[in-house]
Amino acid sequence: MSELDKFAPSPLTPLPQVGEGNEVKKLKVATTSLAGCFGCHMSFLDIDERLLELVKLVEFDRSPLTDIKHCGPCDIGIIEGGLCNAENVHVLREFRANCKILIALGACAVNGGLPAQRNHLSLATILEEVYHAQHGLVDGFIPNDPELPLPLDRVHPIHEVVKVDYFIPGCPPSGDAIWKVLTDLLAGREPELGHGLIHYD
Amino acid sequence: MNQDKLETFTLDGQPIPFSAGQTIIQAAMAAGVYIPHLCFHPEFKPHGSCKLCTVKVNGRQTASCTYFAQANLVVESNITELNDERRALLQMLFVEGNHFCPSCEKSGDCQLQATAYELKMMSPHFDHFFPDRPVDATHPDYLLDFNRCILCSLCVRASRDVDGKAVFALSGRGINSHLIVNAESGNLVDTDFSSTDKAAHICPVGVILKKRVGFAVPIGQRRFDAQPISAQPLSKEDV
Repeated sequence: MSELDKFAPSPLTPLPQVGEGNEVKKLKVATTSLAGCFGCHMSFLDIDERLLELVKLVEFDRSPLTDIKHCGPCDIGIIEGGLCNAENVHVLREFRANCKILIALGACAVNGGLPAQRNHLSLATILEEVYHAQHGLVDGFIPNDPELPLPLDRVHPIHEVVKVDYFIPGCPPSGDAIWKVLTDLLAGREPELGHGLIHYD
Repeated sequence: MNQDKLETFTLDGQPIPFSAGQTIIQAAMAAGVYIPHLCFHPEFKPHGSCKLCTVKVNGRQTASCTYFAQANLVVESNITELNDERRALLQMLFVEGNHFCPSCEKSGDCQLQATAYELKMMSPHFDHFFPDRPVDATHPDYLLDFNRCILCSLCVRASRDVDGKAVFALSGRGINSHLIVNAESGNLVDTDFSSTDKAAHICPVGVILKKRVGFAVPIGQRRFDAQPISAQPLSKEDV
């Protein structure tokens, strides 16, 4: 991770122990899934009963866990998924603008992942195939409701659009890997994944 | 020759014995010291192209697979400067091809992946090329997935030097370099490639794959799941 060190954000100040005297101000964490499958969020839930420990230290802002729709000022933002449409880019920029530390969670956020497997095909070819040409379609049309975000011509990993502070690769990363990075950050340490926790599959 | 045996150079401060004609990486491997590498293989003449094995010899960078060991050389390998550069080389390899590990049947047995874990490559850092490289599934027993080729030339050397067939070659230059198959059609089925070839078992990544055995060993129980690549002796390397 040393190439990132040069640009690393200042580590968070370690939190004092909860339960001693006054209520401690909790760190704010926001999470979202862009062009992902929510598998990384499922893996996040795989930290199991450690979630109870975590919520003593953090409170969630925008996240599928809270259903808050927009991200306010946060300490840590966690992004699952890459960028496949214009809305993904808006959400990512909202997170970057509000989060002191931004984490790319999982293969799709890190390198585009499965959605990026369309990148060697033209978008027009894909839309034609899916909505016009595929067997069994009658009078198909390409959806054009203005509510729908426009697809990008290629799927991009998030580091191609905003500065990303930390990466947790994996499809999905294990609950243990996510826990390791979060607890390292909460303790003011530089996150590090050892053998078995760093994997790309 | 016995006197040669006694001679040593230092690698990161540790004395490494060597015999005449050994390269730095060969002597290091024999002494059980890992130097990251991809195109090097103990059974083949060095190719010197991947540059992962670059070390500093008396302060100057050179590929340890092509540099003969000499007495009293001061060699540095496992240092921040070199590991940062090795990681950058790996990142370039990852973005130049399509290395989609979650769908690759070589995942967990892949030297590129294991080396990237070893060097703590957390992100691709660069922008992805997402090249279009169709697979060659023409052969009844083997699949060629060019998306994952890192141009190490091990299959080229194995087919030419061991199998005596020259089934594979590298074509083009610079960023246009690519692996080709020696047949008028360009298809593997039209060559005399066979499953008993050395070239069928040498690919360090997931290009040359035997069909119908992809997940015989489950993900999670594979070679580099057990131990990192730096902890595995090179003799086990040809699977």
